[in-house]
Amino acid sequence: MVEYETIIGLEVHVHLKTESKLFCGCSTEFGAAPNTHACPVCTGMPGILPVVNKKAVEYTIKSALALNCKVASRSIFARKNYFYPDLPKNYQISQYDEPLAQNGYLEIGTDSGRRRVGITRIHLEEDAGKLLHCIGSREIDGSLVDFNRCGVPLLEIVSSPDITSPEEAYTYLTTLKNIIRYLEVSDCDMEKGSLRCDANVSVRLVGKKELGVKAEVKNMNSFRAIQKALEYEVKRQIKALESEERIIQETRLWDEKKERTYPMRSKEEAHDYRYFPEPDLVPLIVEKEWIENIRKTISELPDERRERFIREYKLSEYNAGVLTAEKALANYFEKVVKLYNNPKVVTNWVMVELLGRLNAVNKEVEESPISPGQLAELLKLMEKGTISGKIAKTVFEEMFNSGKNPQVIVEEKKLVQITDEKEIGKIVEEVLKENPDAVEEYGKGKQKAIGHLVGQVMRKTQGKANPQLVNKILKEKLLKK
Amino acid sequence: MELYELSAHELSEKMEKKEISSEEIVRSIYNRINQVEKKLHSFVTLTEKEALLQARNIDEKMRKGEFPGRVAGIPVAIKDNMCIKNVRTTCSSHILGNFISPYEATVVKRLRDEGAVFIGKTNMDEFAMGSSTENSYFGVTRNPWDMDYIPGGSSGGSATAVASDETILAIGSDTGGSIRQPAACCGVVGLKPTYGRVSRYGLVAFASSLDQIGPFGKDVEDAALLMNVLSGYDENDSTSVNLDVPDFTKSLIENVKGIKIGVPKEYFVKGLDGEVERAVKQAIELLKNLGAKIFEISLPHTEYGVAVYYLIAPSEASANLARYDGVRYGYRSPETEDLLEEYEKTRGEGFGAEVKRRIMLGTYALSSGYYDAYYLKAQKVRTLIKKDFDEAFEKVDAIVTPTAPTPAFKIGEKVDDPLQMYLSDIFTISANLAGIPGISQPCGFSKKGLPIGLQLLAKPFDEEVLLRIAYTYEKNTEWHKRKPKL
Repeated sequence: MVEYETIIGLEVHVHLKTESKLFCGCSTEFGAAPNTHACPVCTGMPGILPVVNKKAVEYTIKSALALNCKVASRSIFARKNYFYPDLPKNYQISQYDEPLAQNGYLEIGTDSGRRRVGITRIHLEEDAGKLLHCIGSREIDGSLVDFNRCGVPLLEIVSSPDITSPEEAYTYLTTLKNIIRYLEVSDCDMEKGSLRCDANVSVRLVGKKELGVKAEVKNMNSFRAIQKALEYEVKRQIKALESEERIIQETRLWDEKKERTYPMRSKEEAHDYRYFPEPDLVPLIVEKEWIENIRKTISELPDERRERFIREYKLSEYNAGVLTAEKALANYFEKVVKLYNNPKVVTNWVMVELLGRLNAVNKEVEESPISPGQLAELLKLMEKGTISGKIAKTVFEEMFNSGKNPQVIVEEKKLVQITDEKEIGKIVEEVLKENPDAVEEYGKGKQKAIGHLVGQVMRKTQGKANPQLVNKILKEKLLKK
Repeated sequence: MELYELSAHELSEKMEKKEISSEEIVRSIYNRINQVEKKLHSFVTLTEKEALLQARNIDEKMRKGEFPGRVAGIPVAIKDNMCIKNVRTTCSSHILGNFISPYEATVVKRLRDEGAVFIGKTNMDEFAMGSSTENSYFGVTRNPWDMDYIPGGSSGGSATAVASDETILAIGSDTGGSIRQPAACCGVVGLKPTYGRVSRYGLVAFASSLDQIGPFGKDVEDAALLMNVLSGYDENDSTSVNLDVPDFTKSLIENVKGIKIGVPKEYFVKGLDGEVERAVKQAIELLKNLGAKIFEISLPHTEYGVAVYYLIAPSEASANLARYDGVRYGYRSPETEDLLEEYEKTRGEGFGAEVKRRIMLGTYALSSGYYDAYYLKAQKVRTLIKKDFDEAFEKVDAIVTPTAPTPAFKIGEKVDDPLQMYLSDIFTISANLAGIPGISQPCGFSKKGLPIGLQLLAKPFDEEVLLRIAYTYEKNTEWHKRKPKL
C-alpha cells in the first residue's frame, strides 16, 4: 500500500492585551458599541501618522523569547497594500522581510515523545475593522463598518512546516495558547477573535523529497475545527493524488456545518500586496538591555511547571498536565496545597469537583466562587472528621452556589458528623427493632444484610453519622443478638 | 503705506508699541484680498469670520498684558493640505472637496498657540503633485508678476498670497521643491527645513519620506520667525527628530566672512536659462565680495535625481492616496453597483489626471517582479545622492544653486508634457531625497519682469547657516523690496 505523509504549517494571529491600540491611543476593549473606540488615526483620516505602542513591542518580544526566537535588534514595519472597506488606509501596517523575531521553536508532546516545531517568524501588525452586512435589510440595505478593532495589535506567529498530522496541529495550538496565556500578553480566545489561525497543508508520498502542492485553509473557529478541517483536507488531497488529479495551490475555506473545505473565489485571493517599508515609521531598534529586562519578567512556563508538579507533588504526568495548562488553575492548586498539604486530595478536589462545577456553568478558575482558602478549609474539616466525605460534597455544592465559608454552612445546616457512640448506639437500636427481617437474615449468615441496616442508620441521621462508627456499633450489637 | 504691505516683524513691532491692533491688520489683509483675489485665486477657502475672532482675542490678551505668542496677531495662510480643525481641507482635489477635518495638524496647533491668525487655505496642485498649481480641481492660481504665468507649485497659492500681500506669512509643504520653486517664481522667501525638523502630523501625505512643511515670508527674517514656531519634535510624528531647536532669529547676522560656499558644476549645464544663470552667478559674485569663500564642487549623481524621485514619490503616494475610497469621507461616486465599481468610479472621478498618473506609476514600481528594478534600485541611488551631499558638506558649509532652471513659465505651456513639467524641479528634488534643508530667495528678475530664485542648501539641521547667508545677501540687495503691480 502506498503511504502518504502530511506536512502542516500554521499561521497564528493573536490579539495583544495592551490597553491601547498599536498606533494610536484608542482602547482595545472588546465588545464596545460600534465605532466608540475610533479616532482620526485608526480611521485613516488624511494626514494622520502612526506611533508605535511600546507595550505591544514588549509583549511581542516577551512572546518571542518564550518561543525561543532570536529578537532582531532592528526590524522594519512595512505597508501591505490591498483595498477593503474594513481597512481604512487601504494598507495594513505589518512587517515583511525584517520581522521583530525569527528562528525559534515550540516543544510539543506527541505519541512518539516530545519534539520541537520550528517557529519561522513572529511579527507585529495592526488588525482591521469588522464589516456588518445588511444587504437586503429593510432599514439599511448595505454594509456597515465598525472600526473598534481597527489597529488592535496582532502578533503573527508562523510555524515551520514541521507539523505532521492534524492531531499534532491541535497539540501545537494548545501548547502555544497555554504559553501565550501564561505570559499574560493575550487571552487567546477564539470565540472573541483574539486568536485566529490559518493552516497550510500538503501531502506527499513517503520518501519523496519535494513538498506537495499546498492549500491554505481558513475560516476555522476552534482548535477542533482546525483539526477537522485539516483531516478533511488531507483526505481530499490524498484522494486527488490517487485519482491523479492535479492539486492546485489555493486558499480554501472551512465550512463548519458541512464539515468540508471549498475553494475561495480566485478573484479574492489574487493579491499583489506590494509590500514596501512604512515611511511613516523609523526602524524599530531594540536594545539588548531591554530584551534582557523583558526576559526577566518571564516566569515559569507550562512545561517547567508541569515538571515541577510531578517532582514536587508526586502527581501523575496527566494530572500535572491538566493542572498546569492554565496559569490561573496552577496558581489555584498551589494556593490550596500551601494551606492544606495533601497534594493528592487537593488534586482530586480541584480536578473533579472544582473543574467539573466550573465547566458546568462555563466559568474560568479566576471566576470561581470558592477561593483556594475556602477549599482548603473544607478539606481540613473533612480531615478532622467534622464532616464526612459525602457531606463535604454537599457543603462544596453549597459553597459554590453561595460563596459562604464551609464552617458557616456546616453550622447553619447542622451538618456536623455524629461521632458520639451513645447517640449512634441509640439510633442503631431503633433500626434493629424496626428491621427484624434484616437482623434475622444476618443471623443466618447473610453478610450483605448489614448494608441495608447501615443505610437505614445514615438515613435517620441525614448522612451525618460517622460511617465507620455505625459499622462498628452495628456489628457489635448484631453479635449480641 | 498699507498694513498689508509690511512684514511680520515690522507688524509685531507696531503691535508691541500699541500703534496698531491685530484686528486692523486682519481687516487690511481682507481688504487686499477683496481687491486682488479674483484675479489671482490664491485661496481655496477663506476664513474671515474666524480670523477676526482670533484677532480680537489676541488684541484682548495684549490689553490684559498677557504674552500672546511669538507670531501674535499676524495673518498666516495655510496650504490646503494641512488640517485646521473644523475647516475644509481639500488638497485642491475633488475627492476631498467636502472634507472637514475633525482634528488639527501639529504645525497649525503650534501656530495657534503662538497667536497666529489663520486667513484661509491656499490653492495648490492636487495632493501637492505638480510644479505650477495648474493641477488644482478649483482652478489655477496666477503669478502676481504676470497673470499669464504660473506661480510655481505645488504651494503656488501660498507663494502668490505672500507676494501679492494677501497674507503676511504662509506655510507650504515641499516634497520635491514645492516651497522653493514657487517662492522663486513669485519672488518671495521660502524655506524647506531638514526632514524631521517640523512635524508632519496633519499634513496630508504625498510622499512620506520626502514631505516637509516650511515657511514663506516676504523676507528672510520672517522666514526665521516662522521657523521658530514650526520647528520641534512631535510625539505624534515618529519621523520628527528630538533635537533642541535653536532661536533662528539669532542666525540673522549680516556677515558671511569665511563661510565656505560650494557651487556644484552639475547645476550649471544645458537647460539652464541664460537670465537665471546670469542672476545666480551675480549673486555668487556678491557673496564672494562680502567675504564668503566660493568653491566649485561636484555632486556626481545629480542627473539621477528626477528619475529616483519619480519612482520613490509615486510609490509612497500610491499607498498614501489609497485611503480616498469614498467609504468614510470625501467624494463618493453616486449609484454604483458593487464595491469594486464604487472604488473605481469614486477614484476615477475624484482624482485628477496627474494624480492618477502618479498612482499608476507608483503601483507599477511596487508590483511584484518590478520592485527590485524600480523601487529598490531608486532607494539605492537615493543613498548615493545623499552621500554626494555628505561628502560635499565635509568641504563646504553651504551650496548655492539656481532654484529652478527657468523663471515662471506660461499657464498651459507644459500641462501636456509631464516630463518637461517634472524638470522644473530638477534643482530642488535632490534636497528632498537627501533630507537636507534648502532656502530660496529672490536674486533678480527676467527681462519680462519675472522673479528669479537663488537656492542655498546646507547639511541636515543647519538651517542657521542658510538663514545667515540669505540674510546677508538680502541686506545687500533690493530684490525682495520689489512688489508686483496689481
